[in-house]
Amino acid sequence: METWMPETYDDAITQSRALFEDLTYTYPREWKAKADTRRLIGYLPIYIPREIIHALDMLPVGLFGAGDRLPVVRGDAFFQSYICHLPRTVIELALNGNLDDFDGFIFPSICDVIRNLSGIFRMKMGDRYVRYLDFPQNFNPEVGGTYYRSELERLIDDLSKLNGVVLTNSALNKAIHLYNRNRNLLQRLDSIRVDRPHVVSATDFYLIRRAGQILEVEECNRFWQRVIDLADSIVREPEDKIRVVVSGSFCEQPPLGLIKTIENAGCYIVEDDFQLGLNWFRHELPADTDDPLGVLVDAYLNHSPASSAVYTTEEARGKALLSQVQEQKADGVIFCAPSFCDPALLDRPALEQSMDQNHIKHFSFQYHENLGQFHVIKEQAGTFADMVKLWE
Amino acid sequence: MNQQKQAGTIKIQKENSMLKQKQMLAEHFMALSQVRETGKKVVYTFVPGNLTELIYTFDMLPVYPEINALQSGMRKKSHDYIREAEDLGYSEDVCSYVKCDIGMMLQGNIGPTGQKLPDPDILLLSYTGCFVFMKWFENLKQLYPNAEIAMLHIPYQEAGRIEPDAVNYIKKQLLSEVIPVFEKVSGTSFEEKVLAKKMDLSAQAEDLLIEVFDSAQQKPSPIDAYFGGVYYIGPIFTAFRGSESCVDYYRELVKDVDYRIQNKLGPLTPDGYLEQEQYRLVVEGPPNWTHFRNFWKIFYDQGAVFVGSSYTRVGGVYDDGFRHSPDDPLRSLAEYCLGCYTNRNLPQRIDLLERFIRRYHADGFLVNSIKSCNSFSAGQLVMMRDLEERLQIPVGFIETDLVDPRYYSYSNIKNRLDSFFQMLDQRHTVRVTDDWLSDDVLA
Amino acid sequence: MKVYLGIDLGSTTSKAVILDENDHIIGRGITNTRANYEVAAEIARMEAEFNSKFTLLDRELQSQENGTVNWDDVFLRLNHRFHYLQFEIRFRQLMEEMNRIVEEEVDPSQQDLIRSIFSRVSSTINDTVRERYFSGKISISSEFFRDVFSSVYLDAIPSDDKDIYDRLVAIYDRAITPVENTLISFQFVELVAEALELMQDLDQLHRDTILNQLENVDAISLEPTDYIGTGYGRQLLPFDEKHIKSEILCHAMGAHHFFPKTRTVLDIGGQDTKAIQVDEHGLVTSFQMNDRCAAGCGRYLGYIADEMNISVGELGPLAMGAEYESNICSTCTVFAGAELREYLNLGEKKENILAGLHKAIVQRAFALLARSGGVRNEFTFTGGVARNVAVVKYVKALTIANYGELTINSHWDSIFMGALGAAIFSARRLS
Repeated sequence: METWMPETYDDAITQSRALFEDLTYTYPREWKAKADTRRLIGYLPIYIPREIIHALDMLPVGLFGAGDRLPVVRGDAFFQSYICHLPRTVIELALNGNLDDFDGFIFPSICDVIRNLSGIFRMKMGDRYVRYLDFPQNFNPEVGGTYYRSELERLIDDLSKLNGVVLTNSALNKAIHLYNRNRNLLQRLDSIRVDRPHVVSATDFYLIRRAGQILEVEECNRFWQRVIDLADSIVREPEDKIRVVVSGSFCEQPPLGLIKTIENAGCYIVEDDFQLGLNWFRHELPADTDDPLGVLVDAYLNHSPASSAVYTTEEARGKALLSQVQEQKADGVIFCAPSFCDPALLDRPALEQSMDQNHIKHFSFQYHENLGQFHVIKEQAGTFADMVKLWE
Repeated sequence: MNQQKQAGTIKIQKENSMLKQKQMLAEHFMALSQVRETGKKVVYTFVPGNLTELIYTFDMLPVYPEINALQSGMRKKSHDYIREAEDLGYSEDVCSYVKCDIGMMLQGNIGPTGQKLPDPDILLLSYTGCFVFMKWFENLKQLYPNAEIAMLHIPYQEAGRIEPDAVNYIKKQLLSEVIPVFEKVSGTSFEEKVLAKKMDLSAQAEDLLIEVFDSAQQKPSPIDAYFGGVYYIGPIFTAFRGSESCVDYYRELVKDVDYRIQNKLGPLTPDGYLEQEQYRLVVEGPPNWTHFRNFWKIFYDQGAVFVGSSYTRVGGVYDDGFRHSPDDPLRSLAEYCLGCYTNRNLPQRIDLLERFIRRYHADGFLVNSIKSCNSFSAGQLVMMRDLEERLQIPVGFIETDLVDPRYYSYSNIKNRLDSFFQMLDQRHTVRVTDDWLSDDVLA
Repeated sequence: MKVYLGIDLGSTTSKAVILDENDHIIGRGITNTRANYEVAAEIARMEAEFNSKFTLLDRELQSQENGTVNWDDVFLRLNHRFHYLQFEIRFRQLMEEMNRIVEEEVDPSQQDLIRSIFSRVSSTINDTVRERYFSGKISISSEFFRDVFSSVYLDAIPSDDKDIYDRLVAIYDRAITPVENTLISFQFVELVAEALELMQDLDQLHRDTILNQLENVDAISLEPTDYIGTGYGRQLLPFDEKHIKSEILCHAMGAHHFFPKTRTVLDIGGQDTKAIQVDEHGLVTSFQMNDRCAAGCGRYLGYIADEMNISVGELGPLAMGAEYESNICSTCTVFAGAELREYLNLGEKKENILAGLHKAIVQRAFALLARSGGVRNEFTFTGGVARNVAVVKYVKALTIANYGELTINSHWDSIFMGALGAAIFSARRLS
């Protein structure tokens, strides 16, 4: 296995890109081969409590589709043309055998397509553990909290059966600690791109983060620390670009080319929701309690972000987006959602209104993960950047 | 080949149940238009997992935005409404019910009888089997900032069974979120025995409903469980469950169906009783509303009858014995919500469809895949393949939309259905005379 | 004699097949579909009738054992000339229409110039086309009047003055539609006799033999005992409901007749792609058609050809010259053009782009096959697009990759499967 201690910043990006492009999941498979009890658990966007998986000696691996890197043949046989693209590449990977070494799959409750994809996995990958994880939409600890806790307990029981590992409080506390650090490092990386987006480009940051969906958390923490050190020493002149927040891409991922196109067209991406689940909590969770499961439940109920998948008000989502714009000193918002994505697209009109009310400029478009040509988007983003500069 | 049936040769007699339904709906909309005078409170809620009994327990009136939307579709208003919503920034990709509903509200909220619908006093989000419901309500909250909000989250039957923690979760939500809001707005305290009485009436109506659905075991089938199902079997059920008049309606309907059985009559279509049953179909997916009659006609012109449909189970599944129960009414409401069709996982849905196909002796299975509705549509292709393999039944697949007329292509649908019917004909013919093809062709 | 007619009115081409009472195909006809569906169907039928008469003529002559004559060769050449004569009649009609348009619509100051160009180019066109027909360079079953004329016309007219050139093209565009939509009745015997006149090297004896039999053959009535229409435009045929049958069933039956061991049929037509599973009798057990969006059908190839300014027939051979396939994501006709231009701008070779496009179409078709239950042995590939060599190549490759080594049937004549199936159904009905 490669060591995740790159010599240079560029090496770090190259390594991350290779991990991102590897649809055979070599890293997870090699990780699993090192011990008998190890198991691989794939999960779909947006968020799952990875601490639990880790504490059970399992590797949580993010399944975010295969973008433009996999031709879809069988996947289209499962979904009509008006359904988004991500489930097609996920099922294609499964049927092609790329996920054969996985022991289980978790489908968070974010939309009807992901939900029904869990049913398809039940039918087609029946010998694996398949779980649709219904997150509570009631945030009263007595009501939604109790329910969520029992759902997690059922998850833990089920997973334990896969390798016989029994979850202990100390293991879960340790995992919470590791993920605290993981989120903390991610925030530090994030602040580098916010302060110096000319050093850590949008695609670089994207690839670095994607590594966090695959690498074992301790290894990821070492890697990210290394990247921070390497990035800190880079000196580069900023370019004359506007600063934008990209919103709506939390599930099906935009192709790298699209992210690059936005940046090349004159927009530094200083905030986005591409990998929202990695950074679901922005604060440190207590890692030394007698009830670590309760910590995860409480965190979910009280500290989840204003995600499209979490019940709240459109007003609250608008405010959250506005504060992102203000905190990152952004000049505008790009609403960039996958085609046929119910959660993102149904939130968009209210978010747009909210931006209008606060005089924040914005524009929107839709993509699919295997989009191959970015001409129109380049034009739009370029015009947007020029327009914003004109107003300054 | 099919004998084209002569439609309309029998003078159409509105059946008693239809007249009663018409009267009940008129009274309902009248009551809605008079809330200012009567002071009755209005609850907006969804059909799947609807808490009609509980709403009536507090003497409030339900309004169903999906039904408004489908009515707008049938009255050819939906295109305008959808355009209005799309002008506001709603994507062409998303659910047309939502866009139609929002467009309708923006244009004055005129209901199916031409009267303005009252604003909601309560927005009751029964988040059952459809993620879009949640988004829909978040959008409604913005449009009606003065309404009280109650959210009832129904977990999905992901493992194909009702989990005890889910039942408890729902009961707790009813007690801590829903009922307090109902009490506050209606000014009435919750009395379990009032609810229990309504639950008992629901159970009676449910027995009768199943009797109607099961009449499709007859040949010819006296009912159409899809078009007829949404036209004269289902509506009363959603809006009036828990009332005496609901039970009366279904008693009347059972009588009408019995009359058809005795006289060997097929279901009542807009062109009269269907005379010659050619194909017995089970269908998965909602119907199209913008061309409802045109769509139905494609089927009844060919003598195709739907003997079973999953869509008529979105408001509750009673085929496997579940009934609303007065014994522990809140638990029963929880189980009702959990059991709705779109809250069941794909294997469960397939099992239910298999049950329909076997129980009602269907000779074809059709999917009407709805562009708007991922809850139904995502996975239908797998369900279809599975049923085809399991039962060796001919399957058909067409695509339409709920209320977006841009997604109804008559020639496209007709083309596919013609092939489907002719495929069924071939099966028939082969079954009857196995030597249909002379040997020289096979040589 | 008893004959049965099947007509397949497709979105791009209209096909007709005539069967004799022993289920043998005796005639086939094909033409491009046009605004007037009735005319398209009638032309296809007439072609099939002429073709049947040639078959009957051939049968008669072959049975006479005339020694050393290679009748196949004679018939081929006769056929070329026969078609040329039909071209000539339509051509005259078209030129008349074009002159009428000049008279009525062109600025008087330009009329003389254009008329002089017409008179100059018309003999060039006639000579060129005649040569092409005589030497067998024109494919009777894939190049129709409009294709044959326009390719020669556009080369023949002067292109130095853009204004005049555009006007000449516009006149043709205006004239072709009414001419194409007019039905011409050809006199079979006279045309064959005239065609024989054009074969000067044929000796008198053989010429007489043919002429003798010609009268006999022409006397045989080919009025169909029964007929069935199918295809995309079948509802527009002036046929009674009982003479209309679904194209799915007809394609399946046609494929079964051609390749009796067929279990899976893939048909890619102009606007529809169909994946069909059939049983040992050729009866459909399951089928899937493309959804609302016609992406990845024949029309898509037509669009690509237009974008690249080449003919549809050239696409496949060009794609075969690729070193690798460019990664094409979209089979959407709207996006494909942009994707194509973007690749061309990046300096990608057009062969590679085309190969990618062809592969994308086949991938889409395979998704449909998977929906319908996969590919079973034997696998028959039909429809107009089955004539494209690159598509066939990827169909083979994807079949092997996804379903293993199977027998794959594909035939130049597989464009006639729908019409053949329709003819079989009409024969079955009466037997």
